[in-house]
Amino acid sequence: MSTTQYDLNKGLAQMLKGGVIMDVTTPEQARIAEEAGACAVMALERIPADIRAAGGVSRMSDPKMIKGIQEAVSIPVMAKCRIGHFVEAQILEAIEIDYIDESEVLSPADDVYHIDKTKFKVPFVCGARDLGEALRRIQEGASMIRTKGEPGTGDVVQAVRHIRKMNSEIRNVVSLSTDELFEKAKQLQVPYELLLYVHEHGKLPVVNFAAGGVATPADAALMMQLGAEGVFVGSGIFKSGNPAKRASAIVQAVTNYTDAKLIAELSQNLGEAMVGINPSEIKIIMEERGK
Amino acid sequence: MRIGILAVQGAFIEHEKILEKLGVDYVEIRQKKDFTGIDGLILPGGESTVQGKLIKKLGLHEEIKSSIENGLPVLATCAGLILLAQNIENDSTVHLRTLPVTVKRNAYGRQLGSFLTNSNVGEIADFPLVFIRAPYITKVGSKVRVLASVDNNIVGVEYGKQIGLAFHPEMTGDNRIHERFIHNCIS
Repeated sequence: MSTTQYDLNKGLAQMLKGGVIMDVTTPEQARIAEEAGACAVMALERIPADIRAAGGVSRMSDPKMIKGIQEAVSIPVMAKCRIGHFVEAQILEAIEIDYIDESEVLSPADDVYHIDKTKFKVPFVCGARDLGEALRRIQEGASMIRTKGEPGTGDVVQAVRHIRKMNSEIRNVVSLSTDELFEKAKQLQVPYELLLYVHEHGKLPVVNFAAGGVATPADAALMMQLGAEGVFVGSGIFKSGNPAKRASAIVQAVTNYTDAKLIAELSQNLGEAMVGINPSEIKIIMEERGK
Repeated sequence: MRIGILAVQGAFIEHEKILEKLGVDYVEIRQKKDFTGIDGLILPGGESTVQGKLIKKLGLHEEIKSSIENGLPVLATCAGLILLAQNIENDSTVHLRTLPVTVKRNAYGRQLGSFLTNSNVGEIADFPLVFIRAPYITKVGSKVRVLASVDNNIVGVEYGKQIGLAFHPEMTGDNRIHERFIHNCIS
């Protein structure tokens, strides 16, 4: 990937900021998401809650299904490939996906290596639980980061934990003297140059969204107040009672995330939220996939 | 002087950083109550479908439209240009319609079609043009001045005090287009 292409790919993530990216499984759901104000959609065969329920191996979606969604909407379309599965990524690039999510939601294809994303022209977003994971993914070529959270649970606790940890580590790196950065880079197992960027700018070198367990307008606004630059909502929308209304409310809550009065109005009569499960009740912990 | 920046979704912080460098005061516009006491307006890049819906839902649509029609200077980039356009070739939903042009959304295709090039923009020579899932302009009204074209497609126009660009000057570190816009807001 050329430097110019990488900048353009980081640039697309910048255009998504302040927006909500929604998981969809059909063209019909994609149209509902676009109509509700999604800034992009994530095309996948099963949303994380159903992946949990089904068990077994979960893989990249059928390209035909992804193409159907690309045809249904005009906003960017993202899709997931398995961690380390560079051929799934090549396939997604071949069908001109706008962003690839190398995602722990699917079963990892490689338990050691992530994809060398610098070999691709198409942009990648990756999950991270802390600053070290985020900077390692960026060094591998990711042009956007999201917290991992714990997908498919409707429980926001892990996403909160991850964004708090990342921000606290960023504040710590900012406070270090420059000669302490070398040791910090060693501890975090990250390249010195990326750490220097964080030290100087007080933020990641790419856009950082929240993901994993966001189910209500209040959850979304919480992640924004904690410093996320936008929000992914997976199972939270199409596992709820009134997807169109809930999706639209979450979009507006992300725009005006500090206006509690407005969020109170938006939170009224949304119907049933997804039931949700606690991370302690589940067998598969997706956030532990990919370090 | 104070510039309003539409901040409902998209890359508005990038515009704020340029105004900070130029020493110009600004306010983020997220709701109707924010839209007051401004001498110019920036419509940033982002997703036009999202921004268009939000300005309606938040009650900003009519305010913005009538202010621009009454001469409020505006700088619109990418999604912003789509919001201003009178017609959209491949979309039945139109937005503010204050700029007599027809635009084509996602005219260069998907993200793999995004690119960087250089061109003159009006009097400004050799400006870096960043196109990200960008539109271009397919028709212009008679009083619209073309500022920039790439491969015979129009990518920048001026009409009264409205500047509409298909590309992203806020992503370049080159302040000249913003300086020009600020000049519009003073005079």
